[in-house]
Amino acid sequence: MALTLLGIVVIVAGFAARLNPLLVVTAAAIVTGLAGGLDLIAVISAFGKAFNENRYVSVTFIVLPVIGALERAGLQERAKSFITSLKAMTTFRILALYMLARQIAVALGLTSFGGQAQMVRPLIAPMAEAAAEAQLGPLPAFQRERIRAQAGAAENIGLFFGEDIFIAIGSILLMRGFLQQNGILVEPLELSVWAIPTAISAAIIHCTRLYLFERKLKKRVGAP
Amino acid sequence: MIGLLPVYLLAGAVFGAIAVLSAFDRANPKRWANTAFWGLFATSFLAGDYLGDLGNGVLVIAMVALAGVVGLGYGRARNPNTDQRPALAQRYGNKLFIAALAIPTMTLFGALTFPRIMIGGAPLFDPAQTTLVAFACSVVLAMVIARAVLKQRIPAALDEGRQLLDLLGWAALLPQMLAALGAVFALAGLGTAVGDLAVQAIPEGSRFAAVAAYTFGMAIFTAMMGNAFAAFPVMTAGIGLPLIVMKFGGDPAVMASIGMLSGFCGTLTTPMAANFNLVPVALLGIQDRYAIIKAQIPTALILLIVNTVLMYVFVF
Repeated sequence: MALTLLGIVVIVAGFAARLNPLLVVTAAAIVTGLAGGLDLIAVISAFGKAFNENRYVSVTFIVLPVIGALERAGLQERAKSFITSLKAMTTFRILALYMLARQIAVALGLTSFGGQAQMVRPLIAPMAEAAAEAQLGPLPAFQRERIRAQAGAAENIGLFFGEDIFIAIGSILLMRGFLQQNGILVEPLELSVWAIPTAISAAIIHCTRLYLFERKLKKRVGAP
Repeated sequence: MIGLLPVYLLAGAVFGAIAVLSAFDRANPKRWANTAFWGLFATSFLAGDYLGDLGNGVLVIAMVALAGVVGLGYGRARNPNTDQRPALAQRYGNKLFIAALAIPTMTLFGALTFPRIMIGGAPLFDPAQTTLVAFACSVVLAMVIARAVLKQRIPAALDEGRQLLDLLGWAALLPQMLAALGAVFALAGLGTAVGDLAVQAIPEGSRFAAVAAYTFGMAIFTAMMGNAFAAFPVMTAGIGLPLIVMKFGGDPAVMASIGMLSGFCGTLTTPMAANFNLVPVALLGIQDRYAIIKAQIPTALILLIVNTVLMYVFVF
């Protein structure tokens, strides 16, 4: 049984060595399957079957040609000029506002309103960059990439720590079903109420960090 | 009943078109690797159900070999219009935002209304798949808007999409690969092996130790599996229910809710959650593969400690 843990070892070592993740994952699947008593053909078949069943995961990429079309029509440039025209908008305010809006929207069940490909790449990241450059002048590539990484992080944190407040989300149903199997009945509302303290803490912690990020950025670049 | 089949056919058509466009990109020295890679992805979407399990397995390994051994090239759009974009931005103004926000708005609208559409007493859309079907419909509608209002031609859009997909390269395949890896892990009984290990590691006795073992165990196990949903049943059966609820009389709703959110802290720290942490790095054109994870780790750690305290205070 403990041999199957070799799969985890392969994953951790492979990611740490920055090998190509696809090779790492394939190796981990083969090692785990062989350690679990399957032969090579059976492992490849099991992996192929699971790959085919999980195609829905990759369907989101069909949005990319449309995002490309909108970018050809000037979407990123429009997002930048819009933000520059609002003098009050700073990197911190944009990212904090987006995160809070995302958190509240998913808490109300509006999960699809956002996303890395649909919102962050064409709108939020260029806006956050433009706001910083409007304040601090042109930034080095390294700093612009850090701002973009913060935009991606704000999306994830808003999504993760808002969704469990909505009672019909997958994780609430999973928790309820699991407890029910073990003879404990809880209402979805009880579970979602107890997601609120963590959601508020996440908002406070990450907004503070975004504020500190902007302050540090100003110091590094030397604000006028 | 309309389910995932038409969505997969659309995805297959898009990836197929991208494979063909890759073949004509003479500026890309590895254009044939890209053509084969996206062509195989298209095949998976169009014909995956007819290939058999072993056939799909061989297809995946061929894609992995193309991306990991041969290496994919970085294709560029044939007709970049970068210098015209500021003028176009000025011409179209806020129409651009309307077109961009149309995708989430219509997805939401579809997700809310599709389940209610009945024909002859039967649902028109597969109730389990309405969000993805709604998403595919809004992508098509947004393309119609981009064509009609913003005068963007579909071949140019596909070519621009090809550039974005090539920017992702191997990262585009990773989330689906990890989902498949999760299935192999489950088949080999990896979850129970890790659970046993975690349960053996808990110090006996104190309430706080039980709570901390559960919240940190959820985070660490989630980071290893890339998914809190895989960690929750194992850790809750191993630590949450027997110790926090049975032995110390804790509230199961508080335990489960904050336990799951501790798992989400783990998701923020791991490359295994590729669709959240690695794909966006490529999409945003960031050099450092782990830049988003680095931006998230401090928040994840502080929040994990806060979760541990919250659970200790409220669960008993």
